[in-house]
Amino acid sequence: MKSQDESKEPQPLSRRRFLQGVGIHSVGAVAMATTLPKVALAGEPSVDASALQDPAPNTLGPDAVEVTLQVNGEARKLQVEPRVTLLDALRERLDLTAAKKVCDRGTCGACTVLVDGELRYSCMTLAVECVGSKIETVEGLAPAGQASAVSEAFAQCDALQCGFCTPGFVMTITHHLRNEKSPTLESAKRACQGNLCRCGTYNRVFEAAVLAATKGAGLPSGGGTGAGAGAGLKGGN
Amino acid sequence: MASNSRKNVALDREDVLKLGFAGNVVEKRVTRKDDEVRPWDLETKFQYVGTRVPRFDGLAKATGRAKYTYDVNLPGMLYARFVRTTVAAGTVKEIDLSKALALPGVKAAEQVWDLKNPVRYAGQAVAVVCCETSEQCDDAVRAVKVQYERKPHVVTVEDAIKDDAPQVGNRKNATEPQIGRNAVDVEEIDAALKTAAATVDVTYRTQVQTHTALETHGTVAHFTKDATGAEKLYVWASTQGTFTVREGLCRALKLEANQVEVISEFVGGGFGAKFGADETAIWAARLSKKTGAPVKLMLTRKEEHLCTGNRPDSVQHVRAGCDKDGNLVAWHVRNWGTGGVVPNAGARNPMIYTPRGMKTRKEEFAVLTNCGPQAAMRAPAHPQGAFANEQVVDELAEKLGMDPIAFRLKNDSYKQRPAQYELGKKLIGWERRNPKGGDGPLAGTGARKRGLGVAAATWGVNGGADGTAVAIVISPDGTVEVRNGCQDIGTGTRTLLGLTAGEALGCPKEKIRVRLGHTTDPFGPASGGSVTGPTLSAAGVEAGHAAKLAFLRKLGPKLGVEASSLDVVAGKVTSKDGKSWSWDDACRQLGVESVEITHTRGENFDAGFQGTVGGVQLAEVEVDTETGFVRVIKVVAIQDAGTVINRLTFESQVLGGVIQGISYALYENRWMDRRSGFMLNPNIESYKIAGAADMPEIVTVAFDLANGLNSAGVSGLGEPTVIPTAPAIANAIANATGVRVRELPMTPDRVLAALAAAKGGAK
Ligand code: FES
Ligand code: FES
Repeated sequence: MKSQDESKEPQPLSRRRFLQGVGIHSVGAVAMATTLPKVALAGEPSVDASALQDPAPNTLGPDAVEVTLQVNGEARKLQVEPRVTLLDALRERLDLTAAKKVCDRGTCGACTVLVDGELRYSCMTLAVECVGSKIETVEGLAPAGQASAVSEAFAQCDALQCGFCTPGFVMTITHHLRNEKSPTLESAKRACQGNLCRCGTYNRVFEAAVLAATKGAGLPSGGGTGAGAGAGLKGGN
Repeated sequence: MASNSRKNVALDREDVLKLGFAGNVVEKRVTRKDDEVRPWDLETKFQYVGTRVPRFDGLAKATGRAKYTYDVNLPGMLYARFVRTTVAAGTVKEIDLSKALALPGVKAAEQVWDLKNPVRYAGQAVAVVCCETSEQCDDAVRAVKVQYERKPHVVTVEDAIKDDAPQVGNRKNATEPQIGRNAVDVEEIDAALKTAAATVDVTYRTQVQTHTALETHGTVAHFTKDATGAEKLYVWASTQGTFTVREGLCRALKLEANQVEVISEFVGGGFGAKFGADETAIWAARLSKKTGAPVKLMLTRKEEHLCTGNRPDSVQHVRAGCDKDGNLVAWHVRNWGTGGVVPNAGARNPMIYTPRGMKTRKEEFAVLTNCGPQAAMRAPAHPQGAFANEQVVDELAEKLGMDPIAFRLKNDSYKQRPAQYELGKKLIGWERRNPKGGDGPLAGTGARKRGLGVAAATWGVNGGADGTAVAIVISPDGTVEVRNGCQDIGTGTRTLLGLTAGEALGCPKEKIRVRLGHTTDPFGPASGGSVTGPTLSAAGVEAGHAAKLAFLRKLGPKLGVEASSLDVVAGKVTSKDGKSWSWDDACRQLGVESVEITHTRGENFDAGFQGTVGGVQLAEVEVDTETGFVRVIKVVAIQDAGTVINRLTFESQVLGGVIQGISYALYENRWMDRRSGFMLNPNIESYKIAGAADMPEIVTVAFDLANGLNSAGVSGLGEPTVIPTAPAIANAIANATGVRVRELPMTPDRVLAALAAAKGGAK
């Protein structure tokens, strides 16, 4: 029997430790390359000036910085440490809770959002990376109180049970229909390979994709006005 | 007042119900009071029951508006996280919270562990931290220093039953065998097996499966004061039992029931692991009390795998035999399984083949290991047992050269099964099956071989009155609010309650609003044992009927019509003399008053058609004999569940059962490291669950039936459909390859090993 001090065991790597220890400059550099020029062009004081006066230029954090994120067409200002994921920024800072945290390591797709029109696991994306990018979540697919054609089709096909995976699937299918002129059950199946559902709704998700594509704007809107219908397909065909 | 007379003189009335299914209809008499609803049977005419209704909360879920516990954000809310044991056995010497408490944003850090207790698995909560942000929780958890004294551990059944194995609890690791009912002694089994025309003596193994609900266990608690200054605890819980959470919190925090309000409108899956006030509920409440702020305590994915429950594994040794006509004569099972640190496991081998004269003996050993505790999981014990049983009957049929369905029917007394098999055979194309297995027209001659398999399951109809009540409010604007305090864990309970109540009331379906998941509403069941459907649907029917009578009693005088001559039919109020009012017009007559009733569900009837539900599943698979990869091509699932209230959600639930069954059959497996005692895959990339690409074509069929067991005739559906999938796939693999895989999950390595062994290539 040996006594052991847990603190002597190697500590698991965390996002903050990663940023603090090895990666701060390189990550900062990545962040600079992808985000700061956009910020500068946009003319927004999105990055705390003090972060830029650091002895190591182009370094963010570890303390919080102010960033502005373009979410669902709105500019949202928030204070985040550079280690904060886009998912946590959305859910815990902006109260946009449709994107879900399930695995928090890029496996399940429950946190799927669109960044500049591309599918992203928001749990694997730092919020600071997204400055200057256009972020879309399920909440933004249709005006409040209404539903996009994709959301409508999910409800019609009962492509959901507990519904916890659903916002992620809705984003995946929305992206798929924007990029696929003639979606089929098979193409939807391929598109969904980055999303997991525990209740077992996959087959109905594929059906919903086809229904949304075929009926498209013809689907009634959840809000009863029809104004939101087809919003999920904008940019498509 | 005159119109009230019905209420006071409720006389007994005898209803003659037509029960069963086409081709097997029986009459049963039940006695009801004359103001009670006529129980639903084969002759009931429905307005919308039995149609396909998109679930009422589908849009809320598909638009992201649905707020789950994980989504609740309250002003000033803090985040909490547990620190968990990192040794599988031993003691905790010291817990130092000081470094954590000194970190920015840390509002509290508490010791959870009692140092007197032994550590029994890696993943037990020793401390909890509470911070302003979830990222600060990451830091604080790391800053808590815990010292352990490590002791030897054991994490597999095989290791735990060795004579010199370290002891997990305070007694031997394996329980004394639990002997099943009507067991004969071993000699009698041996004698019966000697007379048998065919026998098998085989061992089957199944793995530990974790529930892996996508929403982890968790709670948001807000300990505050109500308007009168009294202490009040608001709790949002991801739970299968709002009322069991309330009860547990009242006990833990010494509060009265009225001081605790549990809210659970949306739950991201449960599958049996989310009952009662768990450690997240109790610690979120305590931390909220301590800090004066709302506290969110959600488990991480890793914690979810380690400590919230799982389906025990099994090693099942079966000896069985049948006579030359295929009648089973003996069945002897010995099984071992581990529920981790709780002595509750075993496959139990629930038998659906129990012909008269068969000698049976079951011996079950629950084995303690240093692993997280098991919890009820969708049809507890049945999938494990069925994996062995359903293959053993196939093995015997093979030896006799009999069709496995014909063999089953010889030994199965379930009334619906013959018709279910007939339908299933047609839908899967059973005539294509090569009776000998292996090479044949279906299997083909290439490396990829196809085969067909079958399996069946039976499940109880549970649920009853148990104090369940439903409140209904009919408002002058025509809306009908239906309320019960229980939860919808994704099964469609909200829609089921609304449809049953609305159907009995007669109102248009668009007027129904359902509120679930608030313990301030009438009592409802915890969702386990497939009770919620039968319990709530009958409560809904009865309450809907009571609301209709109350509504008409109030409406009669306003319309100047005798209430007893009024009825609500297909969304309209009608009178015997042929007048009719639209639902909205009739409701407007209420002025500013609402009609409000609360109805307590009546008991079940004992004179039903059948106290069980059942189904069959048939699978077609393709096995790549070069890579061992198994692809499921098609599954046909035929299931009865009494009255089908909503075909759409019925099908979804069957799909869900089949898909979880596929996942259990081919992918899922909790890996424990024998040396460290840790779970090696506490995540969902290496703990694999079935994904989109793995999906076969799945055909679901509702086998319609009136069971007459309660007012709605509904039976539960959550559990039975997950049972037969894995053995149907296993039997199809055997049919495709001529080789049997007797261990779950049936991964490529095991398929190749079985093929190699059959060729004599095994070591
Ligand atoms: S939570 Fe992001 S992929 Fe699972
Ligand atoms: S609907 Fe529950 S996880 Fe997909």
